[in-house]
Amino acid sequence: MSSDTKHRPRRMRSSFSSLTAHGEPWVWLTGGALAVAIMMITGLLAFIAFRGASTFWPVPLELVELADGGRALGEVSERERAEAATAKTAGRGSRRLVRTANFEVSGHHYQWFDDTAIARASRPEWATVVERLEGGRFHGFPLRLLHGDEVIAVGPEETWKAFEREHPVVRRRWREAMRIDRNERGLLQRQLRAARLAVVQARLDDGPAVAGTGAVSAGQKAATAAEQEVIARVGRQSAELDARTGQLRHENEGWGLEVETADGIKKVIPLEGIVRACQPNRLSLAGKFGVYGSRWGEFLGDDPREANSAGGVFPAIWGTVAMTLIMALLVAPFGVLAALYLREYASPGAVTTAVRIAINNLAGVPSIVYGAFGLGFFCYALGGGIDELFFRASLVADNQPTFGTGGLLWASLTLALLTLPVVIVATEEALSAVPNSMREGSYACGAGKWQTIRRIVLPRALPGIMTGLILAMARGAGEVAPLMLVGVKKLALDLPIDGRFPFVHPEREFMHLAYLIYDVGFQSPNSQAAKPMVFTITFLLVTIIALLNVAAIWIRSRLKRRYVAQQF
Amino acid sequence: MNIQAETTPERGGHPEAVSAAVPADRLQAVAAGRDVPAEVHPEVREVTPVLEIDRFNLWYGGKQALHGITMPIPHNKVTALIGPSGCGKSTLLRSVNRLNDLVQSVRITGDMRLNGDSIYDPRMDVIELRKRMGMVFQKPNPFPMSIYENVVYALRIDGENNRAVLDEVCELSLRGAALWDEVKDRLHESAIGLSGGQQQRLCIARAIAAEPEVLLLDEPCSALDPIATGKVEELIQELRGRYSVLIVTHNMQQASRTSDYTAFMYLGRLIEYGSTSGIFTKPILRETEAYVTGRFG
Repeated sequence: MSSDTKHRPRRMRSSFSSLTAHGEPWVWLTGGALAVAIMMITGLLAFIAFRGASTFWPVPLELVELADGGRALGEVSERERAEAATAKTAGRGSRRLVRTANFEVSGHHYQWFDDTAIARASRPEWATVVERLEGGRFHGFPLRLLHGDEVIAVGPEETWKAFEREHPVVRRRWREAMRIDRNERGLLQRQLRAARLAVVQARLDDGPAVAGTGAVSAGQKAATAAEQEVIARVGRQSAELDARTGQLRHENEGWGLEVETADGIKKVIPLEGIVRACQPNRLSLAGKFGVYGSRWGEFLGDDPREANSAGGVFPAIWGTVAMTLIMALLVAPFGVLAALYLREYASPGAVTTAVRIAINNLAGVPSIVYGAFGLGFFCYALGGGIDELFFRASLVADNQPTFGTGGLLWASLTLALLTLPVVIVATEEALSAVPNSMREGSYACGAGKWQTIRRIVLPRALPGIMTGLILAMARGAGEVAPLMLVGVKKLALDLPIDGRFPFVHPEREFMHLAYLIYDVGFQSPNSQAAKPMVFTITFLLVTIIALLNVAAIWIRSRLKRRYVAQQF
Repeated sequence: MNIQAETTPERGGHPEAVSAAVPADRLQAVAAGRDVPAEVHPEVREVTPVLEIDRFNLWYGGKQALHGITMPIPHNKVTALIGPSGCGKSTLLRSVNRLNDLVQSVRITGDMRLNGDSIYDPRMDVIELRKRMGMVFQKPNPFPMSIYENVVYALRIDGENNRAVLDEVCELSLRGAALWDEVKDRLHESAIGLSGGQQQRLCIARAIAAEPEVLLLDEPCSALDPIATGKVEELIQELRGRYSVLIVTHNMQQASRTSDYTAFMYLGRLIEYGSTSGIFTKPILRETEAYVTGRFG
């Protein structure tokens, strides 16, 4: 140091250096990044929640009378500002998208109307929304309630009263007939098939030597006799069922609601084909909540109809939850054991490091690759092998694979494979966070390596392992691409887990909410009408994943309280 | 683990640390790597040993951490190991129950005998060996389980599941560790919730639960506050006469208060070994006197 600098006080190099020292801009930058992230996430969730929750709210029906004399009745689903399309008034105006329904009459589900072209818009009291089993919604005014040639009621008020009286009765009969068809008739068909396959199996058991001679073995004779017996019995029971459903259908026949559309076309809608009808314009708030609740009830508890764009998603909820839980059950032991070996037993070195890197890279493989692997290995190789060994009769007789095609088990296994790296990495982190002093304490007590792992290391690492499992479940439940290859179907009403022996049917194809979003949103013939459903399904899927996660986090926090707490 | 740090000669046991005023010839000889015979007081030769350390050498990789240690550890007495950081006392302690086996680069020669059984005999089952000893570490390390399960851990892993036996051992051990009155109402609560001093006494209870032939204490009070330290020291004095205790400590007062015999180590060598009163009041070597009076170290 030179002598003149000695006397000079130490100065800041510039005013800017104080700013960098305190780092104010960084606080703003980091805080801002977090704020943007939070805004995007909450914005997305709020948007989905709002749109998803509002789908089922009964919207008032508007009667639009056009200047040229046309009339339409529907829910206004969108408004936008646009160039006026009519020649009469130039300049900007607004237009509205009206869900006019009545597709078979008008050929449209939705129609745009320019405000300038509308002479009058009103909300007539008796405007009715009829939700039908098939053909979508019907909008109109109730005229008469008919039973064959007999007129039960005339005029909107009378008709509506009669409808509210008769509709539940008709629907109950319809549901009973459906139940008989699906459950009891399904059971008979399964018995028939089992008997038929038993005969085929008996022939296969005899082997080619017997088959070549044309001789019939005792086993085959017995199976054939049993089949004849089953055929006779099923025939009798089937006739009984026919009588019962015929009676129910006969009683429902002729019941119809005559409805007049806004432009005067009359149509009779069979009563048993009406899921729900209401007059949103005259509903009280409580009534609206009633309709809202009933629609949610149908959504959560019923089977889908109309190419999944209406009705419920119960099979998909069931499939999603079952698959996610089975996946978690499969991936947890696998991942934990692999991580245990890697962290506790494998001696650190180049090979261990290479394995670790490979596992991390596995997390980056596109999920469709796992799907292709699952299809090739699980479905075709493993499933095909199982079919050859145990379900050959079905393969020979019907050319129908049992395990050799997509199914719940293979889908769960594929996703377990997909989420394995997440679990292994998280478990390894958790294991390495267990203090060495605990391991030494255990060894000093005379415990062996496995005893130490089982009694000390694993309990202590359990919360961390749970974290990995939570991440894996969240990832697995939202995955679509691989599932399309290994078992998820557009429509699969037979649940993979049900009340029928053996209760879990791992070979069955199933429905999945995430796939339903793709199917309803982008494969539906009536995508405009399906749009609100997409929001609702998304909302539901996010809620289910959140609930699964909350459950897992709750378990984790309990474990944490028990095993891990800060040292004094 | 701090094994590597302890073996680094630059830490603590540096030759320069010995001031010119201190007669340092023997220590300098040790620092230069020459063999120096240990001064063993006559009273030590007459004890009944529970543990005999016999010409024990230990290397971490290429670095020798223990040089020809030969010392008997008397039965049912408290023996303290003192010496500056890095002198190998913790290493010696961890060699007794073969915890050093877990470190890959460790190599040893010589032997130790526990009640006549060779510890380093290749046929010796390490797990069975460790069941005959108890150990308490620097930092309290209660296991992530209930107080009760912590205490009976050694019995559980031995396959003992008889409730009556476990209950009895639990109570006896906790009473032995002077912890019973404090925890008897919450035996089945997590051990993590105890205070530091209680945790350390719990670790002592865990160590004595299996009736060990020798109890190894590795600086058991260094992470505790003075009050907790006082309680643990009191406890060590109560254990005297019932257990053979080998304690490593940095604290000279602790050694003089709690032990019957004291060994002074320096850079991996045993320098002087005798009764505690002998070491602290009339040591043979001036170096030992300098250390115990705090003039170096």
